[in-house]
Amino acid sequence: MSTSTKKIAIAVMVLSLTAACGGGNDAPSAGPPGAPTLEKESAGGGAGSKAKLLTEADVTLGDIDAGMAEQGKTTYDVKCQACHSMGENRVVGPGWKGITTRRKPEWIMNMIVNTDAMLAEDPEAQRQLEECLVRMPNQNLSMEEARQVLEFMRTL
Amino acid sequence: MKRPLMLTTGTLTLAGLAFVLVNSLPGCRPTTTQTVVTGDAAAKVYVKPGTHDEFYNFVSGGFSGQLAVYGLPSGRLLREVPVFSVDPESGYGYSEETKGMLMTSSGFIPWDDSHHPELSQTDGVPDGKWCFINGNNTPRIALVDLGTFRTKSIIEIPNSAGNHSSPFTTGNSEYVVAGTRFSVPMGDDAARDVSISTYKENFKGNVSFIHPDPGTGRMSIAFQIATPGVNFDLSHAGKGPSEGWFFFSCYNTEQAYSLLEVNASQRDKDFIMAVNWKLAEQLAKDGKGTRVPGKHYSNWWNEETHSAETTVHEDVLQLDPKDHPGLLYFMPCPKSPHGCDVDPTGKYIVGSGKLAALIPVFSFEKIQKAIAANDVEGDFAGIPVLKYESVLHGEVKKPGLGPLHTEFDANGNAYTSFFVSSEIVKWNVEKLEVVDRVPTYYSIGHLMVPGGDSKKPWGKYVVAYNKITKDRYLPTGPELTQSAQLYSIDGDKMELLLDFPTTGEPHYAQAIPADLVKPREVKFFKIEENKHPFVAKGEKETKVERRGKEVHVWMTTIRSHFAPDNIEGVKLGDEVYFHVTNLEQDWDVPHGFAIKGAANAELLVMPGETQTLKWIPTRVGVWPMYCTDFCSALHQEMQGYVRVSPANSTVPLKGETVSVDAGV
Repeated sequence: MSTSTKKIAIAVMVLSLTAACGGGNDAPSAGPPGAPTLEKESAGGGAGSKAKLLTEADVTLGDIDAGMAEQGKTTYDVKCQACHSMGENRVVGPGWKGITTRRKPEWIMNMIVNTDAMLAEDPEAQRQLEECLVRMPNQNLSMEEARQVLEFMRTL
Repeated sequence: MKRPLMLTTGTLTLAGLAFVLVNSLPGCRPTTTQTVVTGDAAAKVYVKPGTHDEFYNFVSGGFSGQLAVYGLPSGRLLREVPVFSVDPESGYGYSEETKGMLMTSSGFIPWDDSHHPELSQTDGVPDGKWCFINGNNTPRIALVDLGTFRTKSIIEIPNSAGNHSSPFTTGNSEYVVAGTRFSVPMGDDAARDVSISTYKENFKGNVSFIHPDPGTGRMSIAFQIATPGVNFDLSHAGKGPSEGWFFFSCYNTEQAYSLLEVNASQRDKDFIMAVNWKLAEQLAKDGKGTRVPGKHYSNWWNEETHSAETTVHEDVLQLDPKDHPGLLYFMPCPKSPHGCDVDPTGKYIVGSGKLAALIPVFSFEKIQKAIAANDVEGDFAGIPVLKYESVLHGEVKKPGLGPLHTEFDANGNAYTSFFVSSEIVKWNVEKLEVVDRVPTYYSIGHLMVPGGDSKKPWGKYVVAYNKITKDRYLPTGPELTQSAQLYSIDGDKMELLLDFPTTGEPHYAQAIPADLVKPREVKFFKIEENKHPFVAKGEKETKVERRGKEVHVWMTTIRSHFAPDNIEGVKLGDEVYFHVTNLEQDWDVPHGFAIKGAANAELLVMPGETQTLKWIPTRVGVWPMYCTDFCSALHQEMQGYVRVSPANSTVPLKGETVSVDAGV
């Protein structure tokens, strides 16, 4: 495990990821397809509490780690490629080429692992949804997988 | 006429009992929709939006062959689980992977009649792991996994017909049982081709003990026990002191074979059969049984390959009680018994003679004493018949008309359904005294208390499953929905709270606190663990391939497109197999797949799963396909085309999704 992924792993342990429930109801998993499904996050927090998103301090970038990037590509092929091209064009979601120059690392990580909270709270994520009109699926990536995907993005 | 109000007030005295009896005659059954519902009944069943019911209620679909899941106390229908019948919603029985679940020695049988759900148990208490259910007509037992609410295993029961007294379970689900309702001639073709009038010589019964593997849920028949030719109706395992024994009610001890309505109602008493299953298990282990003909299928759902695995067995291990004294005993039971229910202490066995005007309660302790003392009144076809008076704890006298089935609360009370007088009667098991009764609307069959056939009933409610609905709901032509009725049993008096419609015939049911099931729920199938032979793990693995006349399409779905969504080069005469993998890894996001002209069904593919639809095009042209499960704002755009050319065409086979990267 590289230094940066270790740091992320620690951050996961420290952070208590909590649910962001729109109306503060006590059934965070209820809702139509595409509505927030925050089981993973809600495990650590009470109903109605705000999601604790990753911050700048939680994601550290070093030199590009080729091994991690390769792992990230493997995840991309199975879980991301259907909607994101490696080029600049939007397919269902935005193309990934140059994405790490446009978005901060913690923003990208949050979109992957805290998808529903970001779509509920983050103005940039909401602007993106207005453009794409398909809610980004929560593909249930682990924090480590998400970090590897970020590393892969940096190579594009 | 309205039922007497006195029935809902106070404990019944002897004088009260006499009054009730007069009013329990068939002419006095409830004939109006009027009923006494107290003001707070609605509050007691109200489950506010976004909150969950307290209990899962698993209700048989009867002639629909399925298992329905309702929430209690709301009565909300949550799901219908396809078990013994094909299901147009999910493609169960239509998709190539699921067809094997419905294979039998008589071929593909996509319908049945399901009667008795039974939850798996640990230490005599439902554990929320599995729900078993029987198929009556082509004798089968199914195991439904409560992690996925899907049918995990189905086993066919050979040498059986009308698999009614099943699938009741032992305290740790070591076995579930299956008793044949119809006795039939068995053996090779010559032995089975006999005149029906030779019933007494040639027709035999049996009871089967089926073992579900605790890890995989895969079921196998451990052994069968041959019995005289009678009809087995229901059964229950002993518990506590009676653990190691099983009890089966049987009727038609007259051994009639025509007009049973009259001819099988001649004797004052039929039997409850007591089986020492611990002894049977030991005999089977010691090699004391013989293998007899009994072709049967066992079907198992492999969650790694998302496919059924079917195994054919040619014979079955059988134990003959004539060779093994102490294995079987008959106890006389008045008259044409249906229910055969063991109380939570395991000390008492309640028989319900549906033509009897009393409820006999047997004592397990007395049964053991009678066996030890050889206190018998003779034998029936070689099986010892214990003396009725010697094994009886006592009788509940004149409780009502048509007792059918009894369940229990945690406070020593029994609740018996009365089909003919349409009521539930509550009585004390030790004292054998009636303490309360309520009317049902109408003609109740089974009833159910959550955990009410286990060591530790949760109590709280009793639910009536009724055969007739008549005026309870808006009419819908000659066929009306069937119904269940929920009563509170928290207080001294049973209280009607709610009735709700059910699908098929709500024959029997089980209920369990939701908290014992919810933590086990599978939310999606991990795509990394998908071992389906035609899985496409990502769009990179999608392709089309010709294998002679077969065209295989490795297809993926995700919000909101298929890959490939354009296929060309299919020819008339081809069989096209769409192997659809859902790439979503998120709870509650299935995708559907439908193609014009498909003669079987549509698919509904769960997140991370692969399912296959076989399609045989019938005409040249371009055929549209689309997603049937609304999945996103661009769901309507989730579509594609398949071009079908003449048989002699040279159009090359290709499948593609034209991306904007490629096109712009």
